[in-house]
Amino acid sequence: MLYREAGQFKTTYGADQAVFPIRQDQLFIALWLAVGFVLVPLVSSEYLLRAILIPFLILALAALGLNLLVGYCGQLSLGTGGFMAVGAYAAYNLCVRIPALNPLVAFLLAGGVSTLVGIAFGIPSLRIKGYYLAVATLAAQFFLDWVFSRVAWFSNNTPSGSITAPPVTLFELTFDTPVKKYSLCLSILVLFAAVAKNLVRGRIGRAWMATRDMDVAAEIIGIRPMYAKLSAFAVSSFFIGVAGGLWAFVHLGSWEPLAFDVNRSFSILFMVIIGGLGSILGSFLGAAFITVLPLVLNQLPQWLGISISTAMISHLEAMIFGCLIVFFLIVEPLGLARLWRIGKEKLRLWPFPY
Amino acid sequence: MGFFLEVVLGGLMAGVLYSLVALGFVLIFKASGVFNFAQGAMVLFAALTLVRLMEILKETFSPFLIALLLTIAVMIALAWVIERLVLRPLVNQPGISLFMATLGISYVLDGFGQAVWGSDVYALDVGIPKRPIVLFESMVPGGVLVPSEDLAAALIAGLLVLGLGVFFQRTRIGRALRAVADDHQAAQSVGIPLNTIWVIVWTVAGLVALVAGIVWGSKLGVQFSLGLVALKALPVLILGGFESIVGAVVGGLIIGVGEKVSEVYLGPAVGGGIENWFAYVLALLFLLVRPEGLFGERHIDRV
Repeated sequence: MLYREAGQFKTTYGADQAVFPIRQDQLFIALWLAVGFVLVPLVSSEYLLRAILIPFLILALAALGLNLLVGYCGQLSLGTGGFMAVGAYAAYNLCVRIPALNPLVAFLLAGGVSTLVGIAFGIPSLRIKGYYLAVATLAAQFFLDWVFSRVAWFSNNTPSGSITAPPVTLFELTFDTPVKKYSLCLSILVLFAAVAKNLVRGRIGRAWMATRDMDVAAEIIGIRPMYAKLSAFAVSSFFIGVAGGLWAFVHLGSWEPLAFDVNRSFSILFMVIIGGLGSILGSFLGAAFITVLPLVLNQLPQWLGISISTAMISHLEAMIFGCLIVFFLIVEPLGLARLWRIGKEKLRLWPFPY
Repeated sequence: MGFFLEVVLGGLMAGVLYSLVALGFVLIFKASGVFNFAQGAMVLFAALTLVRLMEILKETFSPFLIALLLTIAVMIALAWVIERLVLRPLVNQPGISLFMATLGISYVLDGFGQAVWGSDVYALDVGIPKRPIVLFESMVPGGVLVPSEDLAAALIAGLLVLGLGVFFQRTRIGRALRAVADDHQAAQSVGIPLNTIWVIVWTVAGLVALVAGIVWGSKLGVQFSLGLVALKALPVLILGGFESIVGAVVGGLIIGVGEKVSEVYLGPAVGGGIENWFAYVLALLFLLVRPEGLFGERHIDRV
């Protein structure tokens, strides 16, 4: 009843091909944008913004990028942390070497650098598949880790290897308060999500999905596998590179190579799987889940009034985290996005039985 | 020349250790098609259990033997629990979900092991001699120095591979395992119980993890970083091929030698620490020539 497209007639080709053809969807998106851009900055505390919302937005962007590669093109990658590092260090070096460059432009250029690196490490995907490829992308992760911690040029010869990012500015505006940072991240995320949503329903996206479903068959119907796979690596790395730049500049402020280690790759892969492979919405849901869960687990003993040692908390946290991962995989193997789809089906009839 | 031989031999010994961990991966992948990321966590968990039980049982007549038996029992129980709680509900799910599930298992095992047994560094002494011995003294001036614990590890690994080979080729269960590896449905239709087979495979993988844990643990001490050995075993795996026990051994040796030689001769030129990624790049280069690893099964794609 609530979610029914009955009576909504499409009278133009434009309306027929709209990204969100159903009015309820449009309303829903508008509502969320209003909440995100207006309500949240007004009501949320600094802690909420700094510890939850900003990391969530940036990781959602990275998850979105990875989802394009894993969920849409079917190329399993464990090198996300490495590509984020490429974005972060490229943005930093661009800012340091070219002082006149605006950091926001540097982010985009860093995304470009990340794209090139991503294509380079995507080339093996033309020969190898599946888990072999996943392990091969770990090569990218470890190699990039090593490059950024050992080659002093990338960290501008700082003796400690720790880097402090210059402030992010746009014309006269400096993004220094949490609210401004939040708005910046949200704007970028919305922009990229719109790009992603349009990409995956276009020619490229369909080529990716055909490659994912069966690459030999895709090749036979005339999709160039090299073009499809490398473009997926390129777009995905671009997203992840920009996310890496944001993570370093906006969220962390100062960082060490350890911020982008292999655990980062795994946590972003978790987001994609828990959220739902091949779903834009899923990337957001997964990112929210994985960002909030450790915080909740960390605070839980305090709320319950139990006092246990911090080491014990971290062990318990790991256990519960692992259990929840397995639990979600068993209960909803298609991810949280699937729950939303089921909910929409139900709302179509509700409150009538049929 | 003597130094070079020493480096190569050191690499071979390290390679044997990698093979030990890679073997566990291969066993599970062969029999159930699951890419078991928890193998490293299982190594850590087994070693932790053993070392702490030995401490508790210090007063008895043979702490090592009793602790070993108890640990074996724990690993069997663990295999059963994993099969019951994780694998059975996830039957017929795509491989990536199962892979993620094993990542979850590895978190749980890491947390559980350290929550129960503590997270310090424990020395494990099972009586492997530590004195280095000198080989080839007549051929090379000064001889070649080989740590005897590495030789012992190589011996153990050799025995393990031999034992697994006999187990797979000569026993009834081994035949059933190979049948399941070939084709799940066909195996089921001739009456092989899939669930039991999985428990057995995970048990065997758990025991291999225990052996790897003993060998690695007595070398490095039992600590959290033992679980990271799994990351070292992955390039071995793709180099040798996911389905091949021989591949795990040969791959381990190649990676071990390549890593050590490159670290010694190439490392200083580029700033050192390259052993973290060199193995991966080496494996990657092999893969570009043979996409399914050296001994992996060649897949034929049909539309």
